[in-house]
Amino acid sequence: MAKAKFETPELSEFVDVPNIEDGAMAHSTCFVAKPEHQEPLNFPGERVEDWHDKAIEKMGDLLSRYRSFRVYLDSCVKCGSCTDKCHYFLGTKDPKNMPVGRQDLLRKVYRRYFTFAGKYFPKLVGAADLTEEVLDDWYSYFHQCSQCRRCSVFCPYGIDTAEISMAAREILASVGVGQKYCNEIIAKVYKIGNNLGLPGPALADTLEGLEEDVYDEDEVAVKYPLDVKGADILLVTPSADFFAEPHVDGLIGYGKVFHEAGVSWTLSTTASEAANFGMFIGSYENMRRISLRVREAALELGVKRIVFGECGHAWRVAYSFLNTLAGPFDFLDPDYPVPQHICEFTWNEIQQGTLELDKSENDDKTLTFHDSCNVARATRMGDTPGGQFDIPRNVIKAVCNNYHDMEWDTIHERTFCCGGGGGLLTDDLMEIRVKGALPRMTALQNVMNEKGVTHMAAICAICKSQFTKVLPYYGMDMYQIVSVHQLVSDAIVLNRKTPPEEAPGYGEDDDD
Amino acid sequence: MSTVYALLFIVATIVLVLGLARKIVQYAKTPAPLKIPTTPAPVTQAGVVMRMFREVVFFESLFKSTKWTWIFSWMFHMGLFVVLARHVRYFVDPVPLPIALIQPFGIYAGFAMVAGLGGLFLRRIFVDRVRYISAPSDYLMLLLLIFIGFSGLMMAFLIHTDVVMVKQFFDGLFTFSGGELPMDFALIMHLTLVVVLMIILPFSKLLHIPGIFFSPSRNQVDNPREKRHLAPWAKKLEES
Repeated sequence: MAKAKFETPELSEFVDVPNIEDGAMAHSTCFVAKPEHQEPLNFPGERVEDWHDKAIEKMGDLLSRYRSFRVYLDSCVKCGSCTDKCHYFLGTKDPKNMPVGRQDLLRKVYRRYFTFAGKYFPKLVGAADLTEEVLDDWYSYFHQCSQCRRCSVFCPYGIDTAEISMAAREILASVGVGQKYCNEIIAKVYKIGNNLGLPGPALADTLEGLEEDVYDEDEVAVKYPLDVKGADILLVTPSADFFAEPHVDGLIGYGKVFHEAGVSWTLSTTASEAANFGMFIGSYENMRRISLRVREAALELGVKRIVFGECGHAWRVAYSFLNTLAGPFDFLDPDYPVPQHICEFTWNEIQQGTLELDKSENDDKTLTFHDSCNVARATRMGDTPGGQFDIPRNVIKAVCNNYHDMEWDTIHERTFCCGGGGGLLTDDLMEIRVKGALPRMTALQNVMNEKGVTHMAAICAICKSQFTKVLPYYGMDMYQIVSVHQLVSDAIVLNRKTPPEEAPGYGEDDDD
Repeated sequence: MSTVYALLFIVATIVLVLGLARKIVQYAKTPAPLKIPTTPAPVTQAGVVMRMFREVVFFESLFKSTKWTWIFSWMFHMGLFVVLARHVRYFVDPVPLPIALIQPFGIYAGFAMVAGLGGLFLRRIFVDRVRYISAPSDYLMLLLLIFIGFSGLMMAFLIHTDVVMVKQFFDGLFTFSGGELPMDFALIMHLTLVVVLMIILPFSKLLHIPGIFFSPSRNQVDNPREKRHLAPWAKKLEES
C-alpha cells in the first residue's frame, strides 16, 4: 500500500472534544462504482442525465416507505447532543462528521423540496437546493459514516444517522453514483456466493487445509464440512473467516466447538457469506436478495438450525432482519431461535458442561473485549436485553483467566466503532478509517497501560480486519486483535476422538 | 381588536390541530419495514411503554449524553408543562383542584422555563459545534419561547392584567358569544407570540413532539426472531 498522506492522531489519555475545522475531511472520497458493479444490483450504470429530479423522486419514494427516514428528518431540534459522539468527528474535527452535521446535508434538501418552511423560507430554516456540490458532499460524507448507531443512543428522539446514511447511499446509487467497494462485493455475492469471490472448489480446499492443520496440531479429526445434506446446523460465516487472520482462527474454533458438542454441521457454497452489504447501501431489495440465499441453502441442505459466525453487521441483518427478509423459518427446529449466534451456541454448551476448557492455555494473554457496534446497538444475544454484552464476555472469561474491560463509556451500548464498519473497509478510505479509530485506540491503550492488557478480542470480521490494519498506525501490534473463538479454540480440550459425521447413524433422523 | 384576536385564536387552533393531525396520520401511515430499536431494548410492549415514558418525561437519552443540555432543556420543558397546567384556570370554570393546587408552583415553573431557555440559547451561541448546526430559525424559536415566558412573568409580577376579563374572553371564544380582552402591552405580546407559536408548530422542528412517539429506534419491541415483522410494501415483494 502507498504510504499514507495524512497524520495519524496522537494518542493521549483522553479523547478531547475538538474545536470544529470545517471541511477538514471534504477531500475524502472513494471509488465510484462502474457499470458492471451497478447493473447487477439494478442500479443505473453511470450517473443519469436527470440525476437531480431522479434523486428528489427517490427521496420522496423513501419518505413514503420508511417511517424512520421521515420522522428523523422532521424531528431533529439541533440540540447538539450527538455532536461529540461520533468517532469520525472526534478523529477528524470536521463538523460534517458530527451526526447532525451529516444528517443536515440531506435534511437541508429534504426541507427545500418537501416542507412548507423550506419551500418558502429556505434561508430561515437552513434549506438548500440539491446542487452538484451537495451531491459531492453526500458522496463524501455519507461514506464517512459506519452506521454504528452510537449517535442514536444519545439522541433524545432516537434519531439514527445510520438510517439517513443508508437512505442517502440508496439515493446516490439509484442515480448512478454508487460506491465501488460495496457494490462490487454485492455483485460478487450474486455471482459466486460470497464477498471474496471464493468459488466452491477453493472453499473446499481451504476447509480441507483447516482439517489438516487441526489434525497436525491436536491429532483429532475435526471436520469442516461443506454442503453436507442432512446436517443439523447450517453455519453462515463471513468469508474472511476462510483465510484472513485472525478470522480463520475463529472458524477453527467454531469447528472444534461443534465437534465437542457432538452436533453435525455444514457450511454452504452458495451461502458462504454472512455479511450483507445490502444494508450498507440501504437497499432493501438487495439486502433481501442476499438474505434469501441463506434460506435457500437451509432448505436445500435440509438443516434444522442456522448459526451465524462472528460478524457484526452480519449479525444485525441476521438477528434483526433475516426473519423479515427471508422468513418465515417454520421449516427449522422451533426449539432454537433463528438464527443463533455462535457465541450463544458456545455459551449454551459451556453452561451445559459439554466442553472441557483449559483456561491456562490462554495465560500468555490478558484480554479485553471490543463490543462491535452493530452487535451492541442493533441486536441481542440470549433472552435478556444486554445479552449481546454478557454472552461474549462470559465465553471469554470461561476460556481465559485474565480479562479487563475498557473504560465504561467506550463499551456496551456506548462502544466506539472500530472505524471501518458500514462499507468503509477499503483502502481508498484509509484516512477516515485511521482517524475514526482514535477513540477505540485511546481506550485500548489506557487499558493496556493500566491493566496490562495484551490482546483485544472481537466478534466481527470488519473489526478484525480494520484493527489488523490500523493498530500499527497507532504504534501497536496487528496481532493484538484476536477472534473470540480463537481463544475458545486454544482452550478447548478435544475429547471426542470420532467426529459425528463418522459416527454410526449419521444422516438419519434422530429423536432430539 | 378583541374580535381580531378571537379570530386569530380560532385560526391558530385550526392550523395547529389540522397540521398536527396531518403529520400524525402521515407518520402512522408510513410503514417501518425493519426492526431497528436501539438496543439493548425492551423485549415486551410494556417495556417499550416504560422506555418511552422515561424518554418523554425524564429525557433519558439526553441525560446520558450531556448534563448541561439536559438540565436546561428539562427545566424548560417541565417548566412549560407546569405553566401550561397552571393556565388551565384561565379556560375552565370551576378550576379543578389539582390545577388550583399547582398555582403557586406555576410561578417558579415560569422562571425555570425562561432560565432553561436562556441556557439553551447561550449554549447555541457559545458552543462552536452547536453554533455550526444552528439555522436562524433555531435561535428565533428560542427567542419566541423566551418572550412568551418573559411576557407571562411580567404579567404575574410587574404589570398585572385583569385575568377575570381574560377568562371571560376565552369563555366567550368557546361559546362564540364574544368578549373583550384587556389591551395591556404584556398580554397582547404574550397572546400574539402564542398564536405565532401555535401556527408554526406543525411546520417546524417542534414536530419532535409527535415525532418521538413514532421513532422506531425507541418504540419498537426487540423481538425480531420471535415475531416476523413485515411491511405491506415488503410483502408485495414476496408476492411478485
